[in-house]
Amino acid sequence: MPYTYESYDVVVIGAGHAGCEAALAAARLGCKTLVFTVSIDSIAMMPCNPNIGGSSKGHLVREVDALGGEMGKNIDKTFIQSKMLNTSKGPAVHSLRAQADKKDYSREMRRVLENTDNLVIKQGEIAEIYVENQQVTGVRTTSDAVYPCKAVIMCTGTYLKARCIYGEVSNNTGPNGLSAANHLTECLENLGIEVRRFKTGTPARVDKRTIDFSKMQEQKGDERIVPFSFTNQPEDIKKEQVSCWLTYTNLETHKIIMDNIDRSPLYSGNIKGTGPRYCPSIEDKVVRFSDKERHQVFLEPEGNYTNEMYIGGMSSSLPEDVQYAMYHTVPGLENATIVRNAYAIEYDCINPVQLKGSLEFKDISSFFCAGQSNGSSGYEEAAAQGIIAGINAARKIKGKEPLILDRSQAYIGVLIDDLITKGTNEPYRMMTSRAEYRLLLRQDNADLRLTRIGYQIGLISKQRYDALCEKEKMIQLEIERLEKTTIGASSEVQEFLSKNGSTLLQSGTTLAELLKRPELSYELLSEIDVDRRPLPGAVCEQVNINLKYDGYIKRQERQVAQYKKLENKKIPDDINYDDVYSLRKEALQKLKDFRPASVGQASRISGVSPADISVLLIYLEKCKGIRKNSNSI
Amino acid sequence: MEQDTIAGIASGMGGGIGIIRISGREALRIAGEVFCTKKYSEDIPKWKSLWDRNFFKKKKSHTIHYGFIMNDDGSVLDEVMVLLMKSPKSYTCEDVVEIDSHGGPYLIQKILKLLIHHGARLAEPGEFTKRAFLNGRIDLAQAEAVMKLISSKNEFALDSAVKQLEGRVSKYIERIRQEILHNMGYIEAALDDPEHYDLSGFSDKLHGMLQEEIKCLQELLDHFENGRMKSEGINTVIVGKPNAGKSSLMNLLLDEERAIVTNIAGTTRDILEETVQIGNIVLNLVDTAGIHDTDDFVEHLGVEKAMEYLGQADFIIYVVDASVSLDQADDKIISLLSGKSGVILLNKSDLESALNIESLKKKIDWDCISFSNRRGTGLEKLEKYITDSFLHGDISYNDQIYLTSVRHREAVEDAVVSLEQVIETIHAGMPEDFFMVDLMDAYQKLGLINGDTASEDLVNKIFKEFCMGK
Repeated sequence: MPYTYESYDVVVIGAGHAGCEAALAAARLGCKTLVFTVSIDSIAMMPCNPNIGGSSKGHLVREVDALGGEMGKNIDKTFIQSKMLNTSKGPAVHSLRAQADKKDYSREMRRVLENTDNLVIKQGEIAEIYVENQQVTGVRTTSDAVYPCKAVIMCTGTYLKARCIYGEVSNNTGPNGLSAANHLTECLENLGIEVRRFKTGTPARVDKRTIDFSKMQEQKGDERIVPFSFTNQPEDIKKEQVSCWLTYTNLETHKIIMDNIDRSPLYSGNIKGTGPRYCPSIEDKVVRFSDKERHQVFLEPEGNYTNEMYIGGMSSSLPEDVQYAMYHTVPGLENATIVRNAYAIEYDCINPVQLKGSLEFKDISSFFCAGQSNGSSGYEEAAAQGIIAGINAARKIKGKEPLILDRSQAYIGVLIDDLITKGTNEPYRMMTSRAEYRLLLRQDNADLRLTRIGYQIGLISKQRYDALCEKEKMIQLEIERLEKTTIGASSEVQEFLSKNGSTLLQSGTTLAELLKRPELSYELLSEIDVDRRPLPGAVCEQVNINLKYDGYIKRQERQVAQYKKLENKKIPDDINYDDVYSLRKEALQKLKDFRPASVGQASRISGVSPADISVLLIYLEKCKGIRKNSNSI
Repeated sequence: MEQDTIAGIASGMGGGIGIIRISGREALRIAGEVFCTKKYSEDIPKWKSLWDRNFFKKKKSHTIHYGFIMNDDGSVLDEVMVLLMKSPKSYTCEDVVEIDSHGGPYLIQKILKLLIHHGARLAEPGEFTKRAFLNGRIDLAQAEAVMKLISSKNEFALDSAVKQLEGRVSKYIERIRQEILHNMGYIEAALDDPEHYDLSGFSDKLHGMLQEEIKCLQELLDHFENGRMKSEGINTVIVGKPNAGKSSLMNLLLDEERAIVTNIAGTTRDILEETVQIGNIVLNLVDTAGIHDTDDFVEHLGVEKAMEYLGQADFIIYVVDASVSLDQADDKIISLLSGKSGVILLNKSDLESALNIESLKKKIDWDCISFSNRRGTGLEKLEKYITDSFLHGDISYNDQIYLTSVRHREAVEDAVVSLEQVIETIHAGMPEDFFMVDLMDAYQKLGLINGDTASEDLVNKIFKEFCMGK
């Protein structure tokens, strides 16, 4: 018999990377928040790769931090190696990646959750979400306790009806043998929610002592560490770093795989879920890229507490004996002891096109969904959705407008817009190529883009906001100064230029103009910039980037202005598309199904043509006319 | 109120008259810059002194003006009537100038191009109507009716000749797009997985590819400039015995009332080519009758030469004199026609027939059309036959690739600018991710031609061609 227990404002289902951010955001915004997890010991667990960040994912982490989230701070506390990727490329694609001590990461996050006001953690599984009149009213656990609440955020990750598979072995468990959540799917389906089955996988872990590192290339961390969190300074987080190691598969590896491919559940049909293309298992790689003679293998430490090493690049669901044989062909792993087998995992997730930009279900008020249960993949993607869902659940309860970041504001905006507008047929991963305006959405300026918003929402302290304002002012003043400072063709300047391989001056110019030359930088120019006062490194970086890439940045800003035009044309919730005469049938159906929030979003739905958008615009203009008239009466 | 001035073809294509409409605040200026009431092509400086860019600004609304559309170099492009409607009393409520041209599609496109050169933007489908509606000139029902008409017209166009023509451009463009996409995919793969994909030396390779593709696109543009009509036409050869009626057929087809667009010298001094438009279709007529009407075509040129001409033909009109019976000369011709597509024209069908059609049909299985040069009967039938064969794809087309519209031309031009910008970015020593800005631009611009701007292309490409991930 269900019995009613305590009431809460917000119930979060799951305490993974999405759940933690969601719960923290809701609680910090003053909502009485309860977070459920199948195991308290698995809070913020990293069941797959032991790192946070990487190309474009690093951007997400910095954005979460800029909004007042926890992931950046937590990895700054617990990393064991840090690296800025792509430093030889443009600033837009610089990306931070840090190896984490998995246990430390999980423990630190748990500590933060446990010490946050308004936040309660409970071990338990949710069996049912109560909905009345299309409005969430509470949840029921498998132990029949009912918790009435005003909003629910579902962050079930890969746990819904999870099944782990390798060879013929199949266990109905979540990652790492944790128990799966087997009850909620049925409830979701009863609520009319479309559920699908996705698949992902993880490689084996091996004992560090049995690896021959002399056959591998060492990959060290950066000497100059950039913290993930804008609240940290490089010198605050300096520490001893550990190395990763690089090796390769070879033809022998591939032969073993091909000889046993019929024993792979992916090919025998035992796995039906859709797997991600960007993160294929090694058997997938060998089959699909049969002309490649080797694939890269990246060995990453799981933490300082353990000898386990993660074999990046070789996830698999082949039978145990094949796994052993295959791993042992890799140089350096000939005698490696495998501690945990590789496996594939299948799980239920929802089709994210059922959500609004706030991550609330279109059809069920106050029911939010975030993270891998939305069909995304990755810790960072999960955290990014988590903080948005947490913020919006809190704002909904307080009767405020939701926070929706658009594609020109943040990778978070791109991620969510992609999920809810285009949907996804595989676990969705963030990539910088998905961001149209990536020159503007850099990891170095996430604070300048988002911290003001975080402050307005209530997740950023006044102190941090004031520091941001001060930073903005310093950047602006310094740019103005460089634009005004003229430099003559003095012998000192010419000498400086020739020393740096730069063309000599014919006549006077400004420092700002000189800075645009690829071979020069703000730092180098200090030699001929006599009036310069010392400024914080982060300010110098912004000045350098803004002036150096000025032309490109301005171009993207013009593109954004163009994009915003359609984005700002909102479509009223109560629009009746049947009234929009001469929409094509396919477009009509798609628009009815998606109910886009703006004309811009409508234009990104596949099957809606530019002609349909014109028709829609005409209709909306007409409606506006009618509304105007009725207002005047 | 919309800011920019748009220009577009207001009449359906293919009719005898083409109306080009210009609408917007710059309409009067733009029209004034290309229009002159008198022709002074012999004396350009004089024309320039008489030319008055404020002409339409001074004239009253709702007036008609006779004159000439002039190229920037002072040469006459077309003789036109111009209708002036000033804001707000016009279709769009903006300043509107309508140019009535009697030229064929080629001239209309040329005028349009000139207007764009002078600052107009090519109108989107339905854009005049949209402005009319937004400015309160017509109500929603009217606007919707017009939009529907436009969309149904587009659908018709999809089934028509345009599609066949554009299909070839599409293919040509698609190859270039795929090349660009592949390179973008490589850059993105390297950005996404920098420890796996290396970009060193890549910019040199890209530079070579860019030059190559710019050359290809440039060829397409040159083609548009120089020989659009020629390349556009169906190479049509008229054959037949002397006195079968080839030259009179030629004259009928080249009737003065028809839009004879151009005369292009043929590949030999003996042969002239005439270009003529039938419906939406342009024929390049190879005037074999023009050699010597009394000479036997095959005899005169020799079998080899005749084969060469017939070999280049997309379509052959075989004129047979129905008043006399078949002879050896016919057999000779028929032997050259096997495997080709064409039609038999039974000329002089008004006279008593001496021809055994059965035996002719046995020799060559082409359709026959009865025809009389004297009475002019059968011409319509012939035209319809050619049009239908073309639309049904029975006539395959010559190998030239060309652009069909100013819109496409604009897109290709923009793409070239973008690709050149990438080269500049490479020269400036910028990092590889900056190449993407203009590569993507070029890719999307070219996509306009194929109606394809899918944003998922790149992501799909990366996954398909590059082995990514952990």
